[in-house]
Amino acid sequence: MNQLRWMLYKDLLIEWRGRARVAALSTFAVTLLLLFSFAVGPDTDALRTHAPAYLWLSVLTASTLLLTHGFKLEVESGAMEGLLLLPVSPRAIFYGKAIANMVLLLAVGVVALLVTLVLFDVTPRENPIWLLLILVLGTAGVSAPGTLYAGLTARLHAAQMVLPVLLFPLVVPCMVAAVRATSLVLGGDAMGQLDSWLWVLGCFDAIYWSLCGVLFGKVIG
Amino acid sequence: MPAAAIEARDVGRRYGRRWALARLDLIVPEGSFFLLVGANGSGKTTFLRLAASAEQRNRGELAVFGQDPARRAENLRAHVALLSHKAGLYEDLSARENLELLAGLASMEPRIAEWLAAVQLEDRPDPVRCFSAGMRKRLAFARLIAQRPRLALIDEPYGQLDPVGFDLVDGLMHTLRDQGATVVIASHLVERASRQADTALVLHQGTPRWQGPARKVPAAWAAVHRVPA
Amino acid sequence: MRKDWALVATGFVLLAIGHGLGLFFVPPEAMMGETGRIFYVHVPTAWNCLVMFLIAFVCAVMVLWSGHPKWDARTTGYVEVGTLYNVMLLFQGSIWARPTWGVYWTWDPRLTTAAVMAVTFAGVMVLRKLIEDPERRATAHAVATVVAFVNVPVVYMSVKWWRTLHQDMSSPSTVDSVMHWPLRTAAIGMLLLGVGFAMVRAELERRRIAIEDEAPELPPVPNPLEV
Repeated sequence: MNQLRWMLYKDLLIEWRGRARVAALSTFAVTLLLLFSFAVGPDTDALRTHAPAYLWLSVLTASTLLLTHGFKLEVESGAMEGLLLLPVSPRAIFYGKAIANMVLLLAVGVVALLVTLVLFDVTPRENPIWLLLILVLGTAGVSAPGTLYAGLTARLHAAQMVLPVLLFPLVVPCMVAAVRATSLVLGGDAMGQLDSWLWVLGCFDAIYWSLCGVLFGKVIG
Repeated sequence: MPAAAIEARDVGRRYGRRWALARLDLIVPEGSFFLLVGANGSGKTTFLRLAASAEQRNRGELAVFGQDPARRAENLRAHVALLSHKAGLYEDLSARENLELLAGLASMEPRIAEWLAAVQLEDRPDPVRCFSAGMRKRLAFARLIAQRPRLALIDEPYGQLDPVGFDLVDGLMHTLRDQGATVVIASHLVERASRQADTALVLHQGTPRWQGPARKVPAAWAAVHRVPA
Repeated sequence: MRKDWALVATGFVLLAIGHGLGLFFVPPEAMMGETGRIFYVHVPTAWNCLVMFLIAFVCAVMVLWSGHPKWDARTTGYVEVGTLYNVMLLFQGSIWARPTWGVYWTWDPRLTTAAVMAVTFAGVMVLRKLIEDPERRATAHAVATVVAFVNVPVVYMSVKWWRTLHQDMSSPSTVDSVMHWPLRTAAIGMLLLGVGFAMVRAELERRRIAIEDEAPELPPVPNPLEV
């Protein structure tokens, strides 16, 4: 636990120092949202209906940059190896990094969400607090397998190419659930389906946060 | 006879089809100061990494304090410290923060001022990214001595330092010895390093060529490089 | 004859029998008529795709547990055969979908997750090609396979979790008894075929790794130097 706290502190401190990077990522996500609107055209109804999809696609795409960068820092100066030789438990390294990644992705997601609401002229029909919960569960769903795969591909030349290839198909259930849940909050949940989608997200997170924690040690070995 | 800190028998490590280290037999008694010399690519770094359990050997037997680093890595890592080419520092954190992190993770008392003073580094808020190579090396040393290891494995201790730094390093290695640590260094500053060490091994293209008292190293080095490989 | 090729041959024969009966002899399905015959091709492919991935998962766990290279070779074999079956099942599904629903592809959850599975495991295969160090490659491939397999139950459960156009899970209770035997024969045939091919592929991989990773000769024992 102690090691986990220190790892989390370290990752958040480094990101705070380099907070320009988070700003850059948020800008990237917002740019993607703009691109989606231009690609779809001025059909405001279509844009409004599909706003959740654009939001989550932007967040997912931004995540790959965030994830590969995080491990680049560890590998370039041998810092990660230094930790392993202390010894620091790989599980502490994983959970520290995954939580930090989630927090950062959440920050990017909040910015993207606010821009989405404005850009696509959407007002939530259900309690907007649900949106925050969906963001938390959704970013958690991307962050756990994302951190595992970022660690796995960190030493490959083609890291930035391979990570999306591995990660994107894997997080499809999480994306589907997150988009559906977001649509229900924005468009109204007449049939009370929101709970089921939140349950799907929760299960996805539970499975991957435990599985990836176990596997991470093998990956950075 | 003191127990052995490191015992190696026919140790080998290859990368693909190249043996980086092969046919290595050596014993490093606990509390002694052992020197590995060799040109670049002679296998010094490889051996240090094997002893530190940072890599696995491909053949032979290796024991650090009687335990196999391939199987008992968790136990051994707490007592062994490696100072490698890569400093192992977080570039975005300051010297103090890097040391605080170390202390926190290893559940040690953070004596930051003491550690920085030992390596003559100022307690500046600048991140390591702004440090010179020499300053990074000093901070890496601070990290090493903070751990109070039973076995200190140092790869090129004099690298990136100026002559003032050399004296500092010599002093630090004495401090480690006074703390009872076994010190193994790899260096190609043959003259200087051989004055500090007890025993030495000369490596050439991955294989051991000579072992003996450190004072004879300069002659051995010359002999190795005269004799065709 | 080698065991693996024997399996392939037996599998092929059983598959031919199963398909032959199903496609030509058994009476047509009540609701779908002649187009329903693809059932005998599609359903065994779907079952066996999941079985291949399950075996790959077990082999991947063994790689992480024991580290013996034979498990790495086996994982490779079963991942590749599983992916092949997966792609086949998507094609077969399209062929079935066209006359039944009027389109080659629907975004029905079962088909969609099968497509996702195919891409996931294709990614696992790509990863293998990009890592040169044999140990690292084996570990990375095994980890990716384990994680990808966790996706597989999602396919299996999707009929229950989401509303779907796809037929309910085929099992003997929902299928008329005259259809049991062609279906079972085809399914077992495909299983043996798949396992046989996977074993051939595993053997190829095992040999490739052995050659590639063959330890070179050790340098000679150096002569002691007197100083």
